[in-house]
Amino acid sequence: MDEGLRGELSRHGIFTTSLEGLYNWGRKNSIWPLQFGLACCAIEMIAATMARYDLARFGAEVFRPSPRQADLMIVAGTVTKKMAPQVVRLYNQMPEPKYVIAMGACAISGGPFKQGYNVLKGIDRYIPVDVHIPGCPPRPEALLHAFMTLQKRIDAQKLTGPSRPRHLVEEAPSEFPIPDFGPHDLTPGKNSAIWAPPRKAQGV
Amino acid sequence: MMESLEALVSRMASVLPAIDVSLVPNEAPGGPSSLRVAPQDGRRAAEFFKSDPGLRLDYLSNLTGVDWPDRVTKQKVKSKRLVDGVEKEVEETLETRTPGFLEVVYHLYSIELKHGPLIFRMRTADRMAGVHLPSMTPVWRGAEFQEREVFDLYGVRFDSHPDLRRLLMWETFEDHPMRKDYVEPNDYEYEPTAHDEVLAKIKERDSSGVSGTA
Amino acid sequence: MSSSNLQLEAPLDPAFKVERRTATGRGDLLEVSMGPQHPSTHGVFRMDVVLDGERVTKLKPVFGYLHRNHEKIAENTTYLGSMPYTDRLDYFCSLTNNWAYALTVEKLAGLQPPERAEYIRVITAEFTRLQNHVCLIGFLLQDMGASGTPLMYAFREREAILDLFESLTGARMMCNYMRFGGCRVDLPSGWLDQASKVVDRFPRFLDEFDRLISGNEILAARTQGVGVLPRELAVSASVTGPVLRASGVNYDIRKVDKYGIYDRFSFRVPLGDHGDVYDRYMVRVLEMHESLAILKSALRDIPPGPIMDPKAKLRSFKPKAGEAYGRIESAKGELGFYVISDGSANPYRYRVRPPSLINLTVLEDMCVGHTVADAVIILGSIDIVLGEVDR
Ligand code: SF4
Repeated sequence: MDEGLRGELSRHGIFTTSLEGLYNWGRKNSIWPLQFGLACCAIEMIAATMARYDLARFGAEVFRPSPRQADLMIVAGTVTKKMAPQVVRLYNQMPEPKYVIAMGACAISGGPFKQGYNVLKGIDRYIPVDVHIPGCPPRPEALLHAFMTLQKRIDAQKLTGPSRPRHLVEEAPSEFPIPDFGPHDLTPGKNSAIWAPPRKAQGV
Repeated sequence: MMESLEALVSRMASVLPAIDVSLVPNEAPGGPSSLRVAPQDGRRAAEFFKSDPGLRLDYLSNLTGVDWPDRVTKQKVKSKRLVDGVEKEVEETLETRTPGFLEVVYHLYSIELKHGPLIFRMRTADRMAGVHLPSMTPVWRGAEFQEREVFDLYGVRFDSHPDLRRLLMWETFEDHPMRKDYVEPNDYEYEPTAHDEVLAKIKERDSSGVSGTA
Repeated sequence: MSSSNLQLEAPLDPAFKVERRTATGRGDLLEVSMGPQHPSTHGVFRMDVVLDGERVTKLKPVFGYLHRNHEKIAENTTYLGSMPYTDRLDYFCSLTNNWAYALTVEKLAGLQPPERAEYIRVITAEFTRLQNHVCLIGFLLQDMGASGTPLMYAFREREAILDLFESLTGARMMCNYMRFGGCRVDLPSGWLDQASKVVDRFPRFLDEFDRLISGNEILAARTQGVGVLPRELAVSASVTGPVLRASGVNYDIRKVDKYGIYDRFSFRVPLGDHGDVYDRYMVRVLEMHESLAILKSALRDIPPGPIMDPKAKLRSFKPKAGEAYGRIESAKGELGFYVISDGSANPYRYRVRPPSLINLTVLEDMCVGHTVADAVIILGSIDIVLGEVDR
């Protein structure tokens, strides 16, 4: 619709929008995160929901204890290998459309505990991540920024065409394989369909 | 104040017949020395520490394992010897092999008499099959989880522990990761910031043809 | 009820009536795995519970979901390199963790922090204790069903203290502030006044909380007589900290060891009689009052001067071979570090004695016979942080 016409109409009290805009507007302003914390970063996540930072301003204060009711998984903290299968399982139990924020250095790459034998080197080895927040721990403001980033992303989604979001693509997977406990390590160590080692480290 | 460790050792020798206990010195300026108790005497010594009216060590604060792998110490020795009828100084390298063992260290305090710590330690026979030590859980309940942790991470088996399972790693995990010779999974070279040793590790692995787990 | 205006129609088919069956339940036990993702297990803690109806008959904690290999990493890095990792053990109390580790290495290397550093340590440690207890109480009430409000109040106070930490150390949570032989930086100007203001304002919050909560009937009903921990069991199971003192055992390492300069402050050690959840809650409330008293005199008496032992070396620090065990009274209990040096730059053995883990030894004993809902608050009253439980 022509912007001038839209402005003209709104001056007369007539509000127009597209179905896409309305749909995305509704989704982005009521993101229900999963009430789920892993480590130190989770404390900053809780702090972000409290009075001073007030996550409620973004419509995301309704933390749900059950994955079946949640839209967003904030992976806040170190994912250990013992925990990783549970994290993937929780993600699988969430209904589409669903998003993931990897909060903190640990969730991104293992962070300070990267050399640990029981530490997963980044949750994106098993599930797709939408927003990464660096920091150890990221400040609550950083989490708010991540929320705004996620909202912008949702807002920009086209509902048709090849770049439409995953939940509108019939054949796209909404569940991801859960790794098993092996004798020395998780098997497999990554989900090759969604993650490959960075090219630089491959020696390319 | 607790009696000195020397006095305690001699008192133990007189009260507990044929007990094998010795003093282990500690060179740190602030740290007290400790006692070494032979595993077969462990329970007897523990009961004594707990019930002796002068000690009353009713509180097992800390229990932990230490791994001492096999060590080869090389020593250069100079000696005078007759070589072809002439006395010469020759240098030889002597190798001494110290077989490895696992050690468990206990820190005891007394809540009743407010003194401590008394530190005692026990060694396993070796690091392979003879990794048995008596469990202290029947004496101090506080040993329960800590012994499970030592079992998990070091592989020490505590006889007569009520529930000896892995504490931290999953049940089907096979290694004892806190041992010094544990080889960790080769899964973090792929970091975008790979550098120094990590890069060296990747190169080594690539040249040996072994593929990483990731 | 009067039957006059209630005329039931006679059923068309007299045989078509509700039939009452007797229950044929065989009284099966139910096994539930609570966690590792559960809203009230304070992190990734898991309990395998066996239930008879609502009652807990067996409870086995399962650990390791946050096992981050702290000890292994510490044995592969320098002494100083582990200092930031200690922050992440009990991530509510980074400053006391720093202190315990610094204290141990100081014993190992024979260092003595100067006066001013000791005062700063006491001040930051007591603020840490305040902040930890406040949050704990918030979470405990949250577990009890007082959703939101107490936790909001608690975090409001916590933010005030975190602001102090931030202006002193540069970080809200992960302070990495203490060094072997002293502290990293001196207090910024005006910090003491700011701290005094927080200390002065705090009693108002405690009173408000007291009026709101401590006499509350629901709180009393939910906590009194629940999760009793007998004195003998507490001692034998190596329980420490407020949990031990709530069972009536007078053992506070600040008094027993007098580490740092704790012998200069007069403070009392609150004790409980019953060893139930209520006592554990009240012991912490009273401890906060005592912490405030310590803070007041420390903030008043802190002398000027250096903050590092001149003998201390930060780079290429290699203590002589030997071993040391240092312990402090952290907010959770006895936090100890055991370090063996072989004379190299890395510790040969590095061990953390985690109070949270060891206090959980008695969780089953306290929970059996109570309902699941009580098990949740009993767990809450122990005060665990998973970073320290699993390390
Ligand atoms: S990124 Fe840092 S603060 Fe966050 S979980 Fe990891 S160690 Fe803790």
